Amino acid sequence: MKPLLIQGGRIIDPSQGIDITGSLLIAEGKILWLGKGEKTPPQPDYDVLPARGLVVCPGFIDLHCHLRQPGFEEKETIATGTKAAARGGFTTICCMPNTSPPLDNQTVVEYIKSKSASEGVVRVLPIGCISKGRKGEELAEMGELASAGVIAFSDDGEPALNSHLMRQALDYSRAFDLPIIDHCEDKALTEGGQMNEGIISTRLGLRGIPNAAEEIIVARDLALAQLTGSRLHIAHVTTEGSVELIRRAKEKGIKITAEVTPHHLTLTEERVIGYDTNAKVNPPLRTKRDIKALIQGLNDNTIDIIATDHAPHTEADKLCEFDLAPFGISGLETALGSLMSLVHDREISLVTLIAKLTYEPARIIGNKYSKLGTLAIGAPADVTLFDPTLEWVVDTKAFASKGRNTPLAGERLKGKVMATIFQGKLVYKDDSINVKGS
Amino acid sequence: MRTTQKDNPALQIKPKAPETAIWRHHHILDVDDFSREEIELVFHTTKAMKEVLSRPIKRVPTLRGKTLITLFYEPSTRTRLSFELAAKNLSADVANLSASVSSVAKGESLVDTLSTLQALGADIVVMRHPRSGAPYIATKYIEASIVNAGDGWHAHPTQALLDLYTIQEHRESLKGLKVVIIGDIMHSRVARSNIWGLTTMGVEVTLCCPPTLLPVGLGSQHHFPSVSIEPNIELALDGADIVMTLRLQLERQQSGLLPSIREYIQLYQLTEARLARAKPDALVFHPGPVNEGIEISPNVAHGPQSVINEQVTNGVAVRMALLYLLTGSQKQ
Repeated sequence: MKPLLIQGGRIIDPSQGIDITGSLLIAEGKILWLGKGEKTPPQPDYDVLPARGLVVCPGFIDLHCHLRQPGFEEKETIATGTKAAARGGFTTICCMPNTSPPLDNQTVVEYIKSKSASEGVVRVLPIGCISKGRKGEELAEMGELASAGVIAFSDDGEPALNSHLMRQALDYSRAFDLPIIDHCEDKALTEGGQMNEGIISTRLGLRGIPNAAEEIIVARDLALAQLTGSRLHIAHVTTEGSVELIRRAKEKGIKITAEVTPHHLTLTEERVIGYDTNAKVNPPLRTKRDIKALIQGLNDNTIDIIATDHAPHTEADKLCEFDLAPFGISGLETALGSLMSLVHDREISLVTLIAKLTYEPARIIGNKYSKLGTLAIGAPADVTLFDPTLEWVVDTKAFASKGRNTPLAGERLKGKVMATIFQGKLVYKDDSINVKGS
Repeated sequence: MRTTQKDNPALQIKPKAPETAIWRHHHILDVDDFSREEIELVFHTTKAMKEVLSRPIKRVPTLRGKTLITLFYEPSTRTRLSFELAAKNLSADVANLSASVSSVAKGESLVDTLSTLQALGADIVVMRHPRSGAPYIATKYIEASIVNAGDGWHAHPTQALLDLYTIQEHRESLKGLKVVIIGDIMHSRVARSNIWGLTTMGVEVTLCCPPTLLPVGLGSQHHFPSVSIEPNIELALDGADIVMTLRLQLERQQSGLLPSIREYIQLYQLTEARLARAKPDALVFHPGPVNEGIEISPNVAHGPQSVINEQVTNGVAVRMALLYLLTGSQKQ
């Protein structure tokens, strides 16, 4: 394969503090050369991908998605999920272990690795279970999972409600220097809950999920992180109170990281009006006030990263009474478009947005993947190109994901992924992009 | 149809309902999207229907050739019967389908059932469902008019409209009246629909219940300026014009919302002594079925101030009025 020159784009790489107009040369799956302005690379023979008007940045990393394989292949597979990731500009995605069987043993890890190698178009990094069978009773064999290659542990979807087990998991994981990711939800407070608790849940006659259900477990986890000194990552933070708790814990020097999803940053509980089951997600869409706190948390680094919590479901799954519909939003393919609204509204800077999707998640994964999320010379050539101002309409029929469950269907978004390069290979490109020989 | 039979007074509805141009509902889902004018139009039409009901032959041909199907996923006696009588009085063809919720578990989805009803040629589907919002989902998959006969905790618009009608039969104007709703507001679709309908008509609503049975946000002066909360029943009843009691589901004790039914009776039962704090001519409502001796004492339920039976009678007339108004919006 010839080297590829990504020519004349706005290159933003928060890992190196770079924001320049220039060109990037990639060859043999690696970043080879970066030149400012009109500079051309020393070697003469390469193909050209014109990037004028586009942002060129490290491929996005999603620390939180659901690929549903094995067990729920009607909802998503590694093949369709990684294609969706490529369309969304993601070159590394970390899949949650709530499959069937769950990712609580090395056989399933090996299965995912082999499927990803043969059918995936981007990098898939598995997350192992905290407990056997995700039951919250006994620790999974975390050492074996770590050797098999998981990058974190989580019982996502289920909180580790037993505080003793959570403490053990945090302590035990220290031996492998891998983070524990917790889905913070006090189940006693969310039993039967369908949406954010508030005036809208009252009006719709749906059982509410109070902010406190999340904050109680966040507070507990922060205390356990302090107790153990282990690495804790809080999944999908949604409330003002959680942001405040995490901010205070970070000020105290507790080793924690946190994520927020594109939908919790951009959509409110009002989306549920009309009983749109595609707006049913756990944790639920909250209020404007919470969104304001989440954005502030992103800006002051209380919240480290943005992760999609891509949760695909079939149309039939969602085509039912609101109470009976499963939770989840298909998010990989709309992530950038919806997040760019925050940049257009001057809520966050473009550089911050990119950092939260590239460099920051790479730091959390760390270890042997520390060369992800950067355009440094010699790093894997994972590159995303997007048009920050191009408007497009979300057409779920065009999704690569099997999950068309998004409340954004039919909406106009501003900001679109134009090409995704994974290890030097063009794994997605918009129809308008043409690669030319030099 | 009405014009071809204009010579036969027995087939006409008098007084003629006013111009129905303001009517814009193809479905009746909740009263929260009814304007004051629309509610008044329902009152006016109901009055005409009560006249029909006073005749020796209570039947007009308004809905002749129309098919109304009642689709009930929950047991009901009076609501279903009331709709069936209303439809028959208007000469509709009526069929009933009792779907058990368990059939959902067997794989028969709501959407499948609705497409069957569509294929059977239903013009109006009267639907009761234990899940909030089910009729809203139904409207997306069927062309027939959907009439919500109660969905989960969410809404029971025909009950609210018959309550409003019954109040206005006894009072010159609804505006400024004090209505107290006592009981399990949290799980009550009747309470919710009444709150929206009453406040639209300018009524001051007081909600009285244990705080565990009060849904969040209703006490917000910002969002609901004419709704107030008073957990003490004596204080709540002071000067009330209308007292609405709600059925208490006995399983609320098991779910930890109440310490005991006994304590609920002590604190919240509507008794003669408590009712005496309301205005002397205050009226007592209950949507039925009544747990006598729990939320209301038998003496009050059957006492001179109770209008519980009037509610049932007016229920048929209000439902006739709504079906009549809906046919004006039917796609031909």
